[in-house]
Amino acid sequence: MRKTGAFKAVSISKKIVDDFVANDVSFITTVPCKQLAGVIDEVEAREEIFHIPANKEDEGMGLCAGAFMGGKRPAIIMQNTAIGVTINTLATLTQFYRMPLPMLISYRGELREPVACQVEMAVHTKALLNQLNIPTYHFHKESDADELDAILKYTFMCNKPVAILTDASFWGGYGDQ
Amino acid sequence: MIRSEILREIAPILRDQLVVCNIGLPSQELHMIDDQPTNFYMLGTMGLSSSIGLGLALAQPKTVIAIDGDGSVLTNLGTLPTIANNVADNYILLIIDNGSYGSTGDQPTYAGKKTRLEAVAAACGCENVVTCQAEETGKVVQAAIDSKKMTIIVSKCESGNIKLPVITKDPVVIRDRFMTAVAS
Repeated sequence: MRKTGAFKAVSISKKIVDDFVANDVSFITTVPCKQLAGVIDEVEAREEIFHIPANKEDEGMGLCAGAFMGGKRPAIIMQNTAIGVTINTLATLTQFYRMPLPMLISYRGELREPVACQVEMAVHTKALLNQLNIPTYHFHKESDADELDAILKYTFMCNKPVAILTDASFWGGYGDQ
Repeated sequence: MIRSEILREIAPILRDQLVVCNIGLPSQELHMIDDQPTNFYMLGTMGLSSSIGLGLALAQPKTVIAIDGDGSVLTNLGTLPTIANNVADNYILLIIDNGSYGSTGDQPTYAGKKTRLEAVAAACGCENVVTCQAEETGKVVQAAIDSKKMTIIVSKCESGNIKLPVITKDPVVIRDRFMTAVAS
């Protein structure tokens, strides 16, 4: 079972990054989360993508804003706790200047979560995104990722930040925990 | 010499480059002194001038000068390791260090006390860190452009502000005009 889960995570990570590349996303900043380790490895491995790890998510959004103005399509990969860190940046930079930003977000604190503290931000995540009028998609089953291609096209069509929440069930759980 | 005097003096050098300018008075001053389509004015989001500038420099080949302040760099101190580890030789970070939060009433920053940003930048791994006095800024910026090496400049000046209007241009207009200049 564990092997199957690991293979599933690898193939999902590959599919996600394939969709990024197919949509000409070539500048990706990341702040790590255990759930996102596979997709971050895949981003790092791709020649088509410039991967720039950020120390904090608002810094990463600044990098993405610059890359967008330089002619690249950017994306950020981060944990949902980052919504608490980046509200000001989302409102006064990404939204105010009307810039596109796909945000692939690990939705910690959902079903199968082993760390209680993660739930404390999970309960605010969708409410904050809703308050910010950020289009939000929630990947719970593997097949939900079939929409990623359309979500990316939508993001660069409307020049908005768009959130893609990916929960533990989507990633195949937490292994032994 | 105060920040607005530095900007007035280096405006002829900045005019031919892509400039990302820090929130508040620095953007208002540059806008008043020499508004150019190659200037990106930050109207909010304190701390991200250096990050926006780095992203821009990594994405395209033209020289980018990010104008930042000591207070803003302290707000986003994580930017310096990112800059050091992602070298873009078309990138210049000009930190105008007046030791105070100028836009909010000249409260002192830690850079005006014991913290030296040039030492922080070097400790983060930045390879070309130049400290200068306000009067030398133009010469140092021009040398950094000519060197085609990523350079962090810390220009030490006096605190103080001039009275001037806020920028009323629409942010999308600023961004679109800037992107057209970047792509031209």
